[in-house]
Amino acid sequence: MDANDPIPASVIGGYLGAGKTTLVNHLLRHAGGRRLAVLVNEFGELPIDADLIVGAGERLIAIAGGCVCCAYGSDLIAGLEDLAGLADRPDHVLIEASGVALPGSIGAALSLVPCFRLDAILVLADAGAIAAQLADRFMGDTVHRQIASADLVLLNKADLVSARELAATGSRLASLAPAARIVPARRASLPVEIALGLHAGRAWRDAAGAGTAHVTAAFETLSFVLDGAFDVTGLAAALAGPELGILRAKGLLQDRAGRLMVLQLAGGRHETEIAAAEGARAGRLVLIGQAGHLAKAAIGAAIEAARCR
Amino acid sequence: MFTIYEARKILTMNPARPLASHVAVRDGRILGTGSIEELAGWGAHRLDRRFADKVLMPGLVEGHCHVSEGVFWRSVYCGYFDRMDPDGRIWPGLKSIAAVLARLGEAEAALDDPDMPLSGWALDPIYFGSRRVDRHDLDRVSATRPIGVMHASGHILNVNSRALELAGFLRPGISHPGIPLGEDGLPSGELKGPDAMMAVGRHAGFDREAQASDEPGLRQFARLCVRKGVTTATDLANLLPDEAVDMMLRVTGEDGFPVRIVPFRRFHGLGVVDLIRRAGELKARSSDRLRLGGVKLFADGSIQGFSARLRWPGYYGGQPNGLWYIAPEQLAEALELALAGGIMVHIHTNGDEATELVLDTMEMVLRRRTGPDHRFTLQHCQLADAAQFRRIRALGFCVNLFPNHHYYWGEQHYAMTVGPERATRMNACASALASGVPLAIHSDAPVTPLAPLFTAWCAVNRLSAAGRVMGAAERIGVAEALRAITLGAAYTLKLDGEIGSIECGKRADFAVLEDDPEEMPPEQLKDIRVWGTIQGGRVFDAAAI
Repeated sequence: MDANDPIPASVIGGYLGAGKTTLVNHLLRHAGGRRLAVLVNEFGELPIDADLIVGAGERLIAIAGGCVCCAYGSDLIAGLEDLAGLADRPDHVLIEASGVALPGSIGAALSLVPCFRLDAILVLADAGAIAAQLADRFMGDTVHRQIASADLVLLNKADLVSARELAATGSRLASLAPAARIVPARRASLPVEIALGLHAGRAWRDAAGAGTAHVTAAFETLSFVLDGAFDVTGLAAALAGPELGILRAKGLLQDRAGRLMVLQLAGGRHETEIAAAEGARAGRLVLIGQAGHLAKAAIGAAIEAARCR
Repeated sequence: MFTIYEARKILTMNPARPLASHVAVRDGRILGTGSIEELAGWGAHRLDRRFADKVLMPGLVEGHCHVSEGVFWRSVYCGYFDRMDPDGRIWPGLKSIAAVLARLGEAEAALDDPDMPLSGWALDPIYFGSRRVDRHDLDRVSATRPIGVMHASGHILNVNSRALELAGFLRPGISHPGIPLGEDGLPSGELKGPDAMMAVGRHAGFDREAQASDEPGLRQFARLCVRKGVTTATDLANLLPDEAVDMMLRVTGEDGFPVRIVPFRRFHGLGVVDLIRRAGELKARSSDRLRLGGVKLFADGSIQGFSARLRWPGYYGGQPNGLWYIAPEQLAEALELALAGGIMVHIHTNGDEATELVLDTMEMVLRRRTGPDHRFTLQHCQLADAAQFRRIRALGFCVNLFPNHHYYWGEQHYAMTVGPERATRMNACASALASGVPLAIHSDAPVTPLAPLFTAWCAVNRLSAAGRVMGAAERIGVAEALRAITLGAAYTLKLDGEIGSIECGKRADFAVLEDDPEEMPPEQLKDIRVWGTIQGGRVFDAAAI
C-alpha cells in the first residue's frame, strides 16, 4: 500500500454479547500478514486474547504479527490520529464499538480524519438473542439503529439455533438493513477477506488466475480479467445490488477517461477512486459471496453493461 | 480553650433546637448551640462576636458540581447572565453577539503569544434569536490564533477558521451530522457532539481530561465556594488517576484550604469489576477534606442535546430518542458489585426512560441481594413523574434534582424539547418530597453557576428567565429548599452524620450570611449576601479569600 493511501478502517458494532471481541481476536489470528490496529473505547474487560499479547502498556497493547490494540478513551479522533502517526503504519484499523454505541456515528467520526477511509461497518448479531434484543423496551431502538447502519451483518452463533430460526432471523435483519448483506457465522469466524476486504497484492495474484478460488467451503470467489474501459462507478453501484449476493469486491479497472480506478465494495457500501499505485495493470475484478449465493449470470450481465463501447 | 461564636441568628436545621444565638466550636467540631450561659458550661472559652450581626446556617453542600468550574474561569466568560468569578468580580451578561465579540476582542488584545489559543465559555446564542454564531464572527476577533467558545449547555463549541484549519477541518467534503456547513461548503464553525467538539477543541484550549487534575483550577473553585457559602462540594465526576488524587490530597490538606471535596470516579476506561475495586482503593485514601470512594455512572445524555432517553411520547418536535451510555447488563453488574462492596453509586439519568431503566435494574438486583441503606442517588432525574418517585422511594434511592434548568432553559424545554406539560413538571421537587424521597438540588456547575442559595430560589419560585412560573404545584417552601442544600445533599453523600446541620458533635461548617433566609421574601432568596464560611472551625472571609 502506498504511504499516502488512506488507511481502511472498519467499525465493529453490535449489542453486548454478540461476539465483537471474538471477531476481533479471530481477525488478529488470521490477519494474513496485514498489520491490524484495533481501537477500543477502553481496556475494560481484556479485549485481546492473552496468548496474542506480546507487550502491554497503559494505552497500547502490542500483538503478535506487528498488530496493536489501543484504547482511545473519550476522544476517538485523537485515537485515530495517534494511530496514523505510528512509525509502523497499520494496514487496516478495526474500531470496536461499545455494546450500546451507534456504529454509524463512529463511521461519521471516521470521515473527519482524512488519512482514513471507512471500509465497512460490520455489525454482529447473536442469532439466538437478537429477536429479544430488538423487542427490548429499553434497548430495542438502539439495536435497531445498530443493525440498520451495517454494511455487513454477521449473524453470529448461527450453529446454536435451528435452520428455520436462522432463516427467519436473517430475513428480519435483512428487512431492517435492506442495503446490507447478512452473513451467518459461528464463533464469529468470518473469513478475513470478507471482514476486511481483499488484500490488494493477493487479490491481483488471484485475479490473474481468472478462475474461482475458495476462501472457505462456505464462501466462493469469482475473479475476472477485464480488458478495456468501464463505467467504474456505475459498475460499483450495480455490484452493490443485494440480489447479486456479493459480500466483497475489489477491482482495478480502467475508466472511460483512461484512468486507473480502484473499486471497493463491502455489502451495500461501494466506492471508487483513482488508483494511487503506479504501474499496476488494470483489468482485474475479484468478488466474494456465500457459496451458492452469487448470481453469476446477473454479475456477468452487470459487467458487460458497464463496459464502454 | 474553645471558641463561642455569637450570631444574630443561627439556623441550626436541628429540630430539637432550631434557632440559637451562640455556637461553641472546639477542634473544628461543634460542642453545641444555645445561649452563652449554656455553652459556658463546657469550660474556659473565648467569645468571638465578629458575627454578632450575621446569620449562621449549616455550611452549604453542593451535591452535583464539577471542580472544572474553577478551570473555566481561565477562559473568557461569554454568558448571557451576570456571573461571579472566583475573585468575586461580577461579569455582566452579554446580550448580543457583538458584545460577546467585543469581550473576546479585549481578551485577545491582552495576549502576547500570537499562537496561544483563546477560549471562551458559557455562550448561549439561544437568547440571540435565530442568528447562529459562525466562524466569520470569531475571525473578526482573530484570524490567526485559534479561538473556541463553549456553549453554556456544554454540547456545542463555536470555533474560528484558524481552529478548523489546525484540526484539518477547513476543507470541502466534510460530511458529519455534528458539523453544519456554510453556504461555501466549508464548516460554519459550529461543532455539535463530543466527537466533533473534541477533535477541534483541543486545538482551541479545551481538554476535558486535563481539567480533572488541574491544581490552579481546584484552588479557584475553592475560592468560589467560600463566596457562595459552600463548605462541601462534589466533583462529579472525575477519572481520578493517581496523580490527580495525590494532587487533590495535597491541596485539600493545606491549612488554608476551605472546602471538603467529594470526588466520584467516573465509569470510564475500565470494566465494572475494576471500577468497583478502584473505588474501594480510593475510599481507603480519603481524608477529612477529600472524601473518595463514590462512583458515577451515566445512563443517558441531556435533554437540550436531545440525547436523553425519554419514554413515550418522546421529544416534542419528534426528534429521535436519545442515546444510552450504559447497557442494562453492565448497570446491573455495577449495582450488584457496589452493593456487595459498600460502594456509593450516583447515576446520571436525565430522561424518564433512563430513570425507568435504572429503577427496573435496581429492583431486579435487590431481589437477588439486599442493600441496606445504600442511598444510591439519581442525578438530574429531571423528568421523573410521581409514580417513578414512589418507586424511587421504595427502592431506597435518593434524588438530586436540577431546578436551575427552569430558570436557564425552562422556556426552551416548554417550546422545544419536551413541551409544555412536561416542562412544567420537570425537576418535581414537591412530588419527590410528597413521596418521601430524600431530596438534594444542584447547579451542575459549570453548566449553571455554583450558588446553592440561587438553586434554592429556583426550587422555591420555578421562574424561567422570561418570568414565567414553570409548574407552580412543584414549588417547595424555603425551609424545604434550605434543607435540600444542606442536610438533603449531605444525606446523598452519607455525610449527614457529620455535616448538614449545626448540632453537637458535627463538623463546624457554617455559611455566614448577611441576610436571614427566613426573613427574606422567598422571591429574593437568591439575593442573600454571603459573608463567607467557617469550615472545620476555620474562618474564611469571602472578601479576603
